[in-house]
Amino acid sequence: MELWNIFIRSIFIENMVFAFFLGMCSYLAVSKKVKTSVGLGAAVVFVLTITVPVNFLIDKYLLQPGALKWLDPSFADVDLSFLSFIMFIAVIAAMVQLVEMFVERFAPALYASLGIFLPLIAVNCAILGGSLFMQQKEFTQVSEALVYGLGSGIGWMLAIILLAAIREKITYSNVPAPLRGLGITFIITGLMAIAFMAFMGIKI
Amino acid sequence: MAKKHKWQDLIKDPLNENNPITVQVLGICSALAITVKLMPAIVMALSVMVVVAFSNLIVSLIRNYIPNRIRIIVQLLVVATLVILVDQILKAFAYDVSKQLSVFVGLIITNCIVMGRLEAFALGNKPLDSFLDGIGNGAGYGLILIIVAFFRELFGSGTLFDYQIIPQSFYDLGYVNNAMMLLPAMALITLGIVIWVQRSLYPQLTEKE
Amino acid sequence: MDRNSNIYTILFAAVVVTVSAVLLALAVMILKPAQERNKRQEKMTDIMYTIGLDDEALTQKAIAEGKALNYKLIETYFNKYFNKQYALKADGSVDKSVKAFDINMKTEIKKPENEQRFPIFIGDVDGKKYYVIPLYGKGLWDDIWGYIALEEDANTVKGVKFGHKGETPGLGAEITKKWFEKQFVGEKIFDKDGSFKGITLLKGNKDPENNDKEDHEVDAISGATLTGNGVTDMIQERLQHYLPFFKKIRQQKN
Repeated sequence: MELWNIFIRSIFIENMVFAFFLGMCSYLAVSKKVKTSVGLGAAVVFVLTITVPVNFLIDKYLLQPGALKWLDPSFADVDLSFLSFIMFIAVIAAMVQLVEMFVERFAPALYASLGIFLPLIAVNCAILGGSLFMQQKEFTQVSEALVYGLGSGIGWMLAIILLAAIREKITYSNVPAPLRGLGITFIITGLMAIAFMAFMGIKI
Repeated sequence: MAKKHKWQDLIKDPLNENNPITVQVLGICSALAITVKLMPAIVMALSVMVVVAFSNLIVSLIRNYIPNRIRIIVQLLVVATLVILVDQILKAFAYDVSKQLSVFVGLIITNCIVMGRLEAFALGNKPLDSFLDGIGNGAGYGLILIIVAFFRELFGSGTLFDYQIIPQSFYDLGYVNNAMMLLPAMALITLGIVIWVQRSLYPQLTEKE
Repeated sequence: MDRNSNIYTILFAAVVVTVSAVLLALAVMILKPAQERNKRQEKMTDIMYTIGLDDEALTQKAIAEGKALNYKLIETYFNKYFNKQYALKADGSVDKSVKAFDINMKTEIKKPENEQRFPIFIGDVDGKKYYVIPLYGKGLWDDIWGYIALEEDANTVKGVKFGHKGETPGLGAEITKKWFEKQFVGEKIFDKDGSFKGITLLKGNKDPENNDKEDHEVDAISGATLTGNGVTDMIQERLQHYLPFFKKIRQQKN
């Protein structure tokens, strides 16, 4: 039940975009068409689901204070947590590269649709954010980290698809000239965030 | 290959006409979550400025030696190292603020401003120019952060830098702080309005259909 | 050397990694003491805050002595006013092998009850005795924590201090505000018959002005019911571990 709770919370309540503004850069840049935003969203889900649990294991067995105990009891006082930023980003960059190669080799059709978005993702704050929040939440099981990564990814995907759908329609409206483009997109996202606040405090 | 840049332009342009947030659309990710109060916003702005300026400087210094294949990862390494330094220094000397910023200091690594300026400027320009470009873009980013934080703290908490600004007599007459301003959603809407105002004043920035 | 050769790439990577690793290790080593000090200072000021020695009071004391308030002076004051601190076992006896101040509540509460040690700080200011107990629990989003100070009768609340990791700004986050903390002052945690009640945060209770100090209730923050429930549960859960200790104090007095 706990896992289900984490899953739902990470999609609706602690939504990467609406609650923490993460991944805004690509969120704004790629949300003009529903089709492309589905592609980018899928890539984010994919990468988050892989990197969050991997970083969880790294954090648990290498970086946390006392994490190196399994190597030798004398390492119990070693605290490498200051290295977490650098390790996380390295894992993310490497994973993105790996995933790209695998997808290209084994699923060329998927690569054709995801391909251009994958390199973009290494510098998407939502990905690093997922790992940093995972560290802050102090999960105890790798399954929790996995579900959290998956949920956050789906939440991000949901947000970008919703926004793209609205933006496709808004091209037909008469928006004041200085507000066109970026300005109105921010305001739409703000209103969407208010709508998402309705989920606040839900406990499964 | 390197063009001659006027130093004052390197600083001045990103403040308004080429602002990283409102015009280049970079670095919004971490910008909004920490604008509830002015103080953390200013510290965040300074941190980003330091990171952009020094990573620009370092990458520009080694730009002719970086192997192309591992370019991105070397840049990430430089940025991550600087961010960890900033994080550790904040934890040591500005403990309260560092608690409020929490994970958002770490997220400077993926702040698109940093990588964007490295790729677009530092890789092809001299160290000093790159350093100034970093200062300018950091300042432009900070300016927007401070504007948004100013309005959110003033209307959301009735304070600035935690000092009460709205007089008690207003509250006695029934004035209430707008708690909406403290929520993430209003940060986006405030920023939308900032962009609206800026583009009404400078019509050349308006986006074409 | 060819910039695109494998050897050059590997060498370059090795140099960059080494430089940054050395730099970081050095910085962390130099800054660690200051960071640890910040954490200790925060804990000490939080504890002193609950018995009315807030920043302002401490600063005035420092000025009266002609000194500037710094870490050292805070530590001196803390040791002066809190000269006793115990790590209690579940049965209320003192475990002398553990220093109460060094107990990390976050990890401590995860242990089973009979392995936990319950820290208590005993304050002595101008002849008045206070018991300060650390709190730790869950709010709506994440962890919440705090300290609660009881007066000499181990019943009346002298003051509280709350902290949180990520409650909703403007709603749940209000628990750290003075107006909220003030409500607790004077509340009782035991009823007249001496059974433990704790303090409940209740919305729309009959006493919004909180004049009735015997009702074990304070007014909750509207819009932050779940954070409020977290605070109620935290106070209830933490304080009950100290009941054996309080019982002993009463017996000694009678």
